[in-house]
Parts: sequence; structure tokens; C-alpha cells
Amino acid sequence: MTSTAAVATANAVEIDNVVKRYGFVTALHGVSMQIGDGEFFTLLGPSGCGKTTLLRCIAGFEDVSEGAIRLHGQDIAPLPPHKREVNTVFQQYALFPHMTVLQNVSFGLLRLGWSVSDAEARAKQVLELVQLGQFAERRPGQLSGGQQQRVALARALAPRPKVLLLDEPLSALDLKLRQAVRSELKAIQRETGIAFVFVTHDQEEALTMSDRIAVMSAGHVQQIGTPREIYEAPSNRFVADFIGETNLLDVTANRVSDGIAEILLPGGARLSCPAALGARAGQGHLSLRPERLGIAAPGQGQLQATVEDHVYLGTDTQLHTRLGSGEALVVRLQNGAAAIPERGARLGLEIEAGAARLLSD
Amino acid sequence: MAKPVDLRRFTGFRAITWLCLFVLYAPLVIVAIYSFNDSTSITRWGGFSLKWYVDVFTGPEAPKFRDAAINSFTIAIGAAVCATLIATAAAVAMNRAGRFRGKTASLALINLPLMVPEIVTAVASLVFFITIGFKTGLLTIFIAHIVFCIPFAYLPISARMQSVPDTYEQAAMDLYATPWEAFRLVLLPLMVPGILSGFLLAFIISLDDFLITNFVKGAGVETLPTAIFGSVKQGIKPNIMAISTLLLGVSVVFVTLSWIIGRAGQSKR
Ligand SMILES: Nc1ncnc2c1ncn2[C@@H]1O[C@H](COP(=O)(O)OP(=O)(O)O)[C@@H](O)[C@H]1O
Ligand SMILES: [Mg+2]
Repeated sequence: MTSTAAVATANAVEIDNVVKRYGFVTALHGVSMQIGDGEFFTLLGPSGCGKTTLLRCIAGFEDVSEGAIRLHGQDIAPLPPHKREVNTVFQQYALFPHMTVLQNVSFGLLRLGWSVSDAEARAKQVLELVQLGQFAERRPGQLSGGQQQRVALARALAPRPKVLLLDEPLSALDLKLRQAVRSELKAIQRETGIAFVFVTHDQEEALTMSDRIAVMSAGHVQQIGTPREIYEAPSNRFVADFIGETNLLDVTANRVSDGIAEILLPGGARLSCPAALGARAGQGHLSLRPERLGIAAPGQGQLQATVEDHVYLGTDTQLHTRLGSGEALVVRLQNGAAAIPERGARLGLEIEAGAARLLSD
Repeated sequence: MAKPVDLRRFTGFRAITWLCLFVLYAPLVIVAIYSFNDSTSITRWGGFSLKWYVDVFTGPEAPKFRDAAINSFTIAIGAAVCATLIATAAAVAMNRAGRFRGKTASLALINLPLMVPEIVTAVASLVFFITIGFKTGLLTIFIAHIVFCIPFAYLPISARMQSVPDTYEQAAMDLYATPWEAFRLVLLPLMVPGILSGFLLAFIISLDDFLITNFVKGAGVETLPTAIFGSVKQGIKPNIMAISTLLLGVSVVFVTLSWIIGRAGQSKR
């Protein structure tokens, strides 16, 4: 199964303008991305945005309507699923219920023509990697959800695929387990050096695990970047809103040049802040991260607000405030250091560096 | 929310239930009891004996019953095997081939024998065999049985396949199995309970069939039901009750097996 013709490239997967239609429904509208060798790449977006569809196109369960998908430079359109060197961890795991854990994990190796003894040796090795060595003879039905998830991972890793596709693999686990498995998964990815294409709708999961993230919505890629870029420099309203919490203010941008915008804030103060690619002068949306807003005495800072409510969150407190001009604004303060303003208190708000960003639509 | 109506509160519910059960099962119970009757009368009890069972195997009619039983079991096994193979293939096409032209029509055709009155099928089969110049005999019985057994085999097989999500086969193909390997190594083993259940059902339906068999069997060829009918026409003797009870026993065993297998398959997943 080696392709001598393919030119080796640094990209494990190249997705080139892929369109996927189901009858009248278009699930993917010209999606492009490059996934590097050994990269932990995440597809993040709300349910129904086309993440599973894109994975199924890579795995070969769906044909693309337009565009191309290349694996290490080779166009895989003509290859059926069983000829693609890609393995999938399915959302519901799809472990074969009539086989033992060992048989499940050696299944792919045997289909590739490995001898039974080699396949079992490799399967045991991978089961050790996911810490399930002693469960080899169990049936999937006799394992807990977390253990099944790891068997599914082992089964997909055993044939050493070029790319591993994971469709919301943690969504069936409870919160505690999910957090434990996250770091485990990340460690396995580093250890094996296999490119992971990881699908999730959970932004926290995406931010903590990924090398890079592609944020998707309604069949379009909204932004591709590192977790830090996505969080700190969202390119549009959708990304800013979807990743983390943010305040969106309608503002007027007097001037946008060299990625810096001159903004006229509600209440008349002026602010100079970074602008997303494609943001233009005129009416626009300003993203203000709640944790980067500071409180000051009334009359000071760039915005004036009144406290309407508190929400205690353990380490933080959320202040729901209202600006003089009527907009609601959330401020997040760390508990402990300073006193939290009372309901009805008037205060000034300081926009710290990195808090504000002018977005494109 | 309104309380669900308790059917048991209806006036006469209990009486009607008992009446139905009585009408259904009293004749069977009486046949079974009188098969152990020591007397030659079929209405007067003369004490317990197994002599009519002995008579079935050694009496004057024994060779006739033996030949008929061999025919019946040969046809039932053969027809059930063929019907199960065809029904499995049909179930794969119906449940796994996606949408295709004529799918609804195909489904209707598979299940049509369940809805067509059996006498119509019987007459039609006979007319068909005569038209194409087929000599009636064992082969015509065999062919007719395959046909009307297909829907009975199809129902449990298809039900089972619907309960197996196709992600299992996708997972297999994702792990480098060809479509045929995915079917043989993953889908087929998961369908075994449905296939066994379908086979047993087809077997028992074929074994018990009288009407169609009676039409398409040639002269001198008998299966158990037609042989029993032939004997009854010359007067009911207690040996008929014995052989009927035996047949009933076989039916009960197979239907129960089919049910247990179907249920075991469900609870395993
Ligand atoms: N087999 C299909 N037939 C028709 N529409 C589909 C099919 N699969 C997915 N879709 C549609 O494509 C869109 C994307 O679905 P999906 O990729 O499953 O989203 P996600 O995995 O991001 O939740 C949805 O609008 C969905 O309804
Ligand atoms: Mg999905």
C-alpha cells in the first residue's frame, strides 16, 4: 500500500475547496485546509456545521461533490475506504460486539495481511499504550465507557495510519473522565507522531488540546489558527462569540489601517485597538473579552457603567453591567484581591491591552 | 396526564379471555390426551397407553407415515435453507444498498405471500407448473415451499439487520476490510440470531403446510400433513391423534427455539 508516485509533502492532509451536497442540502461550501504531519488539528463548530461530513469525506464514506482531498500529496478520490491509510475513532466507538478486545484491535492488522502472531503482538503493545493490557480477552460489552473509548483508540492506532480521524470521541464520557482522557489523548498523539484530526463542538476541549483549530459554521471555515490566535485574534463575529465569552459592542470605526482601528466608543471615549483582517472603517462590532476589563473609579476608564447583577463562579465573579448608552456588558473579576462592587454601584471600566478587537462580519 | 385505561376492568374481559383460550387450545389438549387412549374409540377413554404411538411407527400405516415424514423433513430443511439464503440476500439489499428504484415495490413483492390468501397461491402455483409443463411431484412441492417461506424467513432477518447500525461495517472498512470481508466478518456474525430465527420459522411453516402442498404434489407423493389428511378421510383413528401430537411437539419446540434465539440476540447487544 505504498504510493511511489506521490510526492512527499509536509502536509498529511490537504483539503482543497471541498463541496459536499446531499440533494438540496449543502453540508460543505468550499472548505480548504492543510493539516501538517504529526499535527493535532481540531475541527470546531456547533452541531450541524459539517464536521462529521468532512471526516467522512476524508475516510471515504462520502464522495466529495467538488474539490479534492490529498493524503501526503496523493489524491484519494479514487480510493475506497479500505484502501485509505486513515483510521477513524467513531463517535459511538462501533467496537465489534462479537469479538474480544484483542480481536477488535488486531482486526485492521489482519486485513492488511499481518500474520496472526505479529498482529496479536502489535495489538497487545497498543493496548499497553492505552493501559488496557489486562482487558484483552474481554468483550466490549463488559467494559466501561472510558475503557471502550480507549479500545476504539487502540484499534484505530494499531495499523499506524498516516492520519487518525476522531469524531467527538470524548462526548460520550462524563465530565471528570473527559478531562482525564484529554491529556492522555494528547500524550498519545505526541508519542505516536500521527496527525490527529479531532472533531469537537466543545471550545474548551479544542483550546486545550490542539496545535491548530479550524472553526467552522454552516459548512464554511470561519478561521484557522493556533488556539491563542483563535482566542485572542478572532477574525469575525462568529468566532469571537463561539470561542470563550465575549462582549460584542456596536461601535463606529473612524479609521482602519495596518491592522489598527481607531474606535469611537459609546459614551464618547476613543480607543485604538487591533482590527481583524477584513474589518473596515464605519459601523462595526467590537469584541471585549470580559476577563480583560478592569474596574476603576466612576469617571475614569474608557467606559462608564452601572452594576446590575453578580454571578459567583468560584474563582471568579461575573459582573453584569449596563453602559450609560444602554448596552449590557459582562466583566469578569478574580475573587480575592479587591472588593466586588455592589449592585447599583456606578463604576468606570478600563479596557486593558488585548481586551478589544474590531471584527469583520 | 390521564391514567391509562385498565383493560382488565372491562366487564366480561376475563370471560372472553377464557373463552378464546378455550376455543384455541381445548382441541389441541383433547387430541394430545386422547393420543394416549388405550381404546380404539376416539371419544371414550379406556385408560392410559402408548400403543397408538407404537402403532404410528410399526402399524399398518407406518410405511406410509415414514415416507411422508422423510419427504416432509427433506422438503422443510431444503426449502428453509434456500428461503433463508434468498431472504438474507434480500435483507442486505433492502437495508444496506441505500435507496434504489423499485425498493418499495421489491419489499411489497417479498412480503406479498403473507397477504395473498393461501388458496389463491395454491391454485396459482398449480396453474403455473402446468403451464410451463412441469410434472408435479417432490420438486414442485420444494419450489412452492421455497417461495412461500421467503417472507417468513425475511421478517426476523430484516428486523435483526435493522437493529445493527451500519457504522460496524464502516468501522470494518475503515480498518482495511473489503466490503465482502466487512459483510462476512462483521455483519453476518451479528445477524446470526436473526438468520437462525428466520430459518426455524421457515422450517416450521414448510413442515406444517397443507394447502399449497396438496395442490402441487403429484399423485402418490405425500408429506405428513397430506398423509394425515388422507388417513382422516378414511375415518379418524387414534393413531392420527398420536402423529398429530408428535407434529405439534416438533412445532412447539422449533417455534420456542426461534423465539429464544431471537431474544438472546437482542439482549446480547
Ligand atoms: N446523509 C445525509 N443526508 C442529508 N443531509 C445530511 C446527511 N449527513 C449530514 N447531512 C446534513 O449536513 C449538515 C452537516 O452535518 P454533520 O456533518 O453531521 O454536522 P456536525 O458533525 O458538524 O454536527 C447537516 O445540516 C446535516 O443535516
Ligand atoms: Mg457530528
